[in-house]
Amino acid sequence: MKRAALPPDALDAADRAILNRLQDPLPITAQPFAEPATALGTTETELIDRIARLREIGAITRFGPFYDAEAMGGAFCLCAMEVPEARFDEVVTLVNALPEVAHNYERGHRLNMWFVLACERPEGIARAAARIERETGLQVLCFPKEKEFFIGFRVTA
Amino acid sequence: MTIDATDRRIIAATAGGLPLVPRPYAEVAGWIGLTEEEVLARVATLQVAGVIRRVALAPNHYALGMTANGMSVWDVEDAVVDEIGPKIGALDFVSHCYRRPRALPVWPYNLFAMLHGRTKSEVEAKRAKVAALLGPACRGSDILYSTRILKKTGMHLSGEG
Repeated sequence: MKRAALPPDALDAADRAILNRLQDPLPITAQPFAEPATALGTTETELIDRIARLREIGAITRFGPFYDAEAMGGAFCLCAMEVPEARFDEVVTLVNALPEVAHNYERGHRLNMWFVLACERPEGIARAAARIERETGLQVLCFPKEKEFFIGFRVTA
Repeated sequence: MTIDATDRRIIAATAGGLPLVPRPYAEVAGWIGLTEEEVLARVATLQVAGVIRRVALAPNHYALGMTANGMSVWDVEDAVVDEIGPKIGALDFVSHCYRRPRALPVWPYNLFAMLHGRTKSEVEAKRAKVAALLGPACRGSDILYSTRILKKTGMHLSGEG
């Protein structure tokens, strides 16, 4: 995924309208583009072509179902460690070597390493955390999700 | 809900997105040997069960200028955190909002909200908005900016039930 902003002229008004409208859920129907195309005053084909172009230039990452990985049986846990500066690179190598580590970020805090463990089964989380503690000699703090609050995140294009 | 092998084929076929054609579910059905009606019925069931949150476009917020983000964390009274949490999650600049356990004494925070903005100062202004919403129920807060991505991979789920 591109992490840099697109040039300001990369999108025209129609692109922006599509980006703003299609972050809302689409109905699950045989022709899901038909209704938004009408609402946006365009045709199904034109809308589809523009979505394809938005994907090509990296304005969108994907179009389709958003799956809840946990509902599919996966287990996830946010974890943090306080890693001494002098050992940081060595610990990064050890932590990242585990396939269960999906994301790992350095953050500006006493707890300076934050990663997400992703496992097929819940018991895998404790196992992976224990292995990291064993291999690094550092404590792993686990912050499992206890409750998720409804997300209203939108990007205004 | 229990996800069966057919559901998993649909999930695997659409994990990267729907094909951009007028009848995307018919195309997916063709790939995996089902009918369009079967795929539509199962996708609708998966959505009702919450396995699918929604079918929509996923904007690349970085490309659209939202390049700054911070993990804001809050120490909110246990008695009210579940009541206030939804108000924070509903803000349009919050992309994730969870209640998580504290790890005392190092970590007194139980509410996590990922804040996004065009600049770091915009993120700080949004942090102030969250603080105002939480009011006196919040006893302390912090914000953690990422200084480096050390690893980023997709989630790998096997095709087996």
